[in-house]
Formats: sequence, structure tokens, C-alpha cells
Amino acid sequence: MTGATWAALAGLGAFHGLNPAMGWLFAVARGLQERRRAALMAALPPIAAGHLASVAVVAALVSATRSVTASTVVAVTGGVLLVGFGLWRLLSDRHFRWAGMRLSAAQLTAWSFLMSAAHGAGLMLLPVLLAEPAAAAGPHSGHLAAAPAGALTGLLAAAVHTVAMLAVALVVALLVYEVLGVGVLRRAWFNVDRLWAGVLVAAGVVTLIGAA
Amino acid sequence: MTRWTPDPTFYPSPALAATAPPEKLAYVAAFDRAGQRPDAIAVLDTDPDSGSYGRVVGWTELPNTGDELHHFGWNACSSALCPTAPHPHVERRYLIVPGLRSSRIHVLDTKPDPRRPSLVKVIEAEELGERAGYSRPHTVHCGPDGIYVSALGGADGQEGPGGIAVLDHTTFEVRGAWEADRGPQFLAYDFWWHYTQDVLVTSEWGTPSMIEDGIVGELLLGRRYGHAIHFWDLAKRRHVQRVDLGDQYQMPLELRPAHDPTKSYGFVGVVISVEDLSASIWLWHRDGDAWAVTRVIDIPAEPADPADLPDLLKPFGAVPPLVTDIDLSVDDRFLHVSCWGTGELIRYDVSDPFHPVRVGSVRLGGIVNRTPHPAFPDEPLAGGPQMVEISRDGRRVYVSNSLYGTWDDQFYPDGVGAWVAKLDVDPEHGGLVPDPRFFPRGEEFRGLRVHQTRLQGGDASSDSYCFP
Repeated sequence: MTGATWAALAGLGAFHGLNPAMGWLFAVARGLQERRRAALMAALPPIAAGHLASVAVVAALVSATRSVTASTVVAVTGGVLLVGFGLWRLLSDRHFRWAGMRLSAAQLTAWSFLMSAAHGAGLMLLPVLLAEPAAAAGPHSGHLAAAPAGALTGLLAAAVHTVAMLAVALVVALLVYEVLGVGVLRRAWFNVDRLWAGVLVAAGVVTLIGAA
Repeated sequence: MTRWTPDPTFYPSPALAATAPPEKLAYVAAFDRAGQRPDAIAVLDTDPDSGSYGRVVGWTELPNTGDELHHFGWNACSSALCPTAPHPHVERRYLIVPGLRSSRIHVLDTKPDPRRPSLVKVIEAEELGERAGYSRPHTVHCGPDGIYVSALGGADGQEGPGGIAVLDHTTFEVRGAWEADRGPQFLAYDFWWHYTQDVLVTSEWGTPSMIEDGIVGELLLGRRYGHAIHFWDLAKRRHVQRVDLGDQYQMPLELRPAHDPTKSYGFVGVVISVEDLSASIWLWHRDGDAWAVTRVIDIPAEPADPADLPDLLKPFGAVPPLVTDIDLSVDDRFLHVSCWGTGELIRYDVSDPFHPVRVGSVRLGGIVNRTPHPAFPDEPLAGGPQMVEISRDGRRVYVSNSLYGTWDDQFYPDGVGAWVAKLDVDPEHGGLVPDPRFFPRGEEFRGLRVHQTRLQGGDASSDSYCFP
């Protein structure tokens, strides 16, 4: 992968990290509820783990598939998927439903996994991964044996993405907890979901054009 | 379509909500006791700078008759900012208005014209019955994952169990009954929660046959009305604990948990003790791993000449206070208690919830006293302060005077009338002063009786907060 690809993956991670719905706000709520910063800090790793799992599933699947299938097929499928999911997110008023706030670390991971999946966090990486030349290009390229190596690339991409996400989430959570206060939500909580849905559609279109 | 920034009426914490601007309008549930004319949502002008301040400036009639509007609530509130299922870009826009007698639930849109809410949907009694198994919908709270509506009765003519139905946030369709395991709970009335602690609390009134034709003396003296509150696991939807107040304490109704999500206590008002006709306020609180209740306020009955009493009360020679509504200010400092029988609204400082201090009182109406509004001393008032609502900043308190059609008739047999009073909080002494400019009454309500008031943008009993 090129430096630009890594940067793009990290950038998307930062974007996810900024979104209050993706986890940092939950971490802040836990810190405030228990009146200690340690509760905030303890909440972030499970949230990041859930996000990683959600993104890694998609990334590994895409990279592995690309290693064995003609890239045009993957690109077209991915592009259609992105446009469809983005449009659905854009047009549907439904929001993620979850009742219960006293979660164990495992439950918190599960919550983060579902939240990320519902927002199409993994799908977001599709255009970046598809812009790359197929992984494991070598003697085994195009064979099933290339799949594991491809999947590994995908996992690495997900990991880089999640580290960036966690770093940004940590900074924002601490900033809100220590300095800004939750009142900032009233002004600064831009509707990322709607923007995100639009970006997904655009990314899908770009992917489709690239495949053509 | 959602907004780009959060609805400005959503506040992350109660402290921030207390800084909200004053309400410009209030919505009041109005019902026709005879069930011959449609019930309505009346809109009051609460802007003191307006020429129509204190008057009815809007009136939306419902399509049917006999609904008996009672309590109602918003489609969304500050709980939309809760981090587990955030959706802060929806709008606080729709009033969810149940008919307690008809079991219909109405959805009114306040956005196109806040002074003239328009009906956008009616959920028929059949849908509520088929999907959730309930009837007689009552309390509405905007939950983070749906709209929760408590209901007193069962479906298909069944007396119970009553419980909670969940409506979809977007389509307002009935998703189903909330309870996964109701344990011993059968009677239902009010509910609210300690949301961040995964705790939901419910109270008990009676089944439809116990209330719809009036209070039944034999059932009351037989201690058959509700006398317990229930604690539930909000995430698992399971019953956790039933706490009995003692069967002499009949009808624990309104539940007012602390707004501060880090606090684990709340207040519940009990209408009447069958031993001495007194009313009481109880505090629920944690006791180790369990929940416990402590009686923190007793309000005694007032002796009266039987000749001045309705038939129901003549044998007792006293007026019971009949605490039928209580309301806790958003800062959790002041509890307001409606004594609908004696015609008094009492304000307590509950900064120390275990030791309330009485800091103010206003007398209006009452079964015997018939105290007039100080600005209209020639008009004796029937009914008493009943539904009480507090502005988010805690400076204004609104009271309306009807309890429930058939019960009004028993306690105020010569007619309960209709009035809404506004009380200003005296910033120096903390007491309450009736506003002489705000007293819509009688014909302004077109012959209908008035029940719950909701303030535009939210009030002390409309919102839940996930951040301290």
C-alpha cells in the first residue's frame, strides 16, 4: 500500500473518531456518571475493539476477495453496495436503537461493533482499498491461495484505521470531559450521519466510475 | 428529514436545561365530560410581552368524541442526546396525546403552526390492543429507543395487566408491549426511569372498572387500589423488585425521579391513607443492592362540617388533601405537591430529599374552602390545583384543576369548572405568588375541563438527561 492509502485510512479513522455516536460520547457519559476520568479511559478500548471488528470484517473480506476475483467485479459490487447503503442512510429516518447504559466491557464492544456496522463504518474503507492494486500480486495471484495474504492486508488496514479513530476519540473525549463540558454538544454536534451518507454515495459512484 | 444541528430544545444535562429561555406557549389537554363534543388541545399564550398573554390563542379539536384527554407528551426530548442510541437531529415537534377513556392515541404536529397543532395520525384502540395487549393509555415519555406509553388496562375488555407499550419514534406505530417479564405487577399507572442506571419505575392506580365510573368506596376501604411501586431492569425489561408502601397507603401515582442522572432517588405521591385520610409523599432510594421507600411528607386531612362535604366524604367529617400530582423542579431542589381536595399547592425544598422543608403554599379552590384567585376575589373556585407543571428554569408553575371526569363529579358534585393558574416563584423568599394577569378559565375553555399542561420546548416532567 502507498503512503497516500495509509493516510486515507487514518483520515477516515479520525473522521469516525470525531463522531459522538461512534463512542467517545459514551465514554464521556461513563466518566461523568461515575465522576472519575478512569471510567472514561476504561470505556475507550472496548469501544475501539468493537469498531475494529466491524471494520476488519469488511476490509478483510474485500482484500481477500480481490486477491482471487477480477477486480472489476469487486469494484462494481462494492460500488453498488456503497451507493445503496448510502441512499438508505440518507433517506431513512431510522436511528440505531439500544436500551441500557450499564454495559460490561464485552457488551460495550458488542455495542460499538453494532453501532459501527449500522453506520457502515467498514464500507467507508471500500473506495480506499479498491483504489489499491490487488494485494499479494505474485505467482499465486488470482488463486485461492492468495486469499489469506489479501485478508491480512485488509486487517492491517482496519488496524491503522482504528488506531487513528481511537486517538481522535480519546482526545475529543478528554477535551469535552475536562475543558469544554457536554454543553458543546448543543452547538457542535453536526449531523455527521447525513454527511456520511452523502459521502458513502459519492464514494460508491467514484468506485463505479473507476471500475468502468 | 433530520436537522443539521441538534434540536435547540435538547439539553445534555438538567443544569443546562435550567438555562432554557421561557416558554412562549403552553398546551393543555381539554375534555368534554359529557363525551358529546370533541376533546381538544388548547394553546395558551405564556409570553408576558404578548397582547394575548394568559389567553387561549389556539384550539385543535380531535376527530372523535369521548376520548377523555388526560396526560400527553413529546415525540422526542433531551434523551435524544443519550450516547447509546443518539439521534439529536430529530425534532421535538409532535405531541403524543392519548385518550384515557377511548384508548386512541393521537399524534399532533406543532411545527407548521405552533398555535394550531394539526392532527397527523390516530392510533386506534384496536392497534394498541392487538400489538401491545393494552388499553387506557396514560403517561408518555420520550425514550432513547422509542416512545414509551403506560396503559392502565388490558386489551379485549380485560382488566389487566396494565403496562407499557412502545411506539416507533418515526412512524408512531405500536411496536409492542415493553415488558419481557412483569413478575407480580398487575396494576399500572405512571412510570419513569433512572435512565443511565438502567432502572425503570412504575406505580399503581387501578384497573378500568375500578376507576372509570368513579372511585369505589368499598374498594378503597377494602384497600384494593394500588399501594406498591415496582422497579425494573430497563435494559432487560424485567421486573426486579416490588416495594409495598403498606395497603393503607392507597394509590401511589406520580413518579418524579431526580433529573440528575447520577442521583438514585425519586418521589412518589400517595393520594390517601384509609386510616386517617392523610396524603403522603414517599422517597425511593437505594438500600444496599435493593430499593427502599421512606415516607418523607405527611399532609393531614382538614376537619370540616359534613354539611359542606359531598356525599362520599360526609361520614368522615374531614376533607382529605388528595395529593394527585407532584412535580420536581429540573434542578431537583423543589417539589411541588397538589392537594386537590383541600385546594392547596405546597412547595417543599427537597435539597435534602430525606428531609423536605415546606417553603411555600398557595390556596386555590378546594372542596370546602373554594378559595378564589387573589386577582378575582369574587369568584369562588371549584376543583383545586391538580396537574402541576414547572418551567425548566424553575421560575413559573402552572396548575390546572380537573382530576378525572367521574372523580371530579364525586368530589365537586356542583361542577368542577375549568381554570389554569400560573404561579410565579418569589426569588427572594422562594414562595409562590399567583400571577394576576394569567388566569384563563370558564368559557375560555368552551365548556371543556382541563387536565395536563405541557410547555413549549419542554418542562420539568418532559425530559430525561444522560449527563449530570
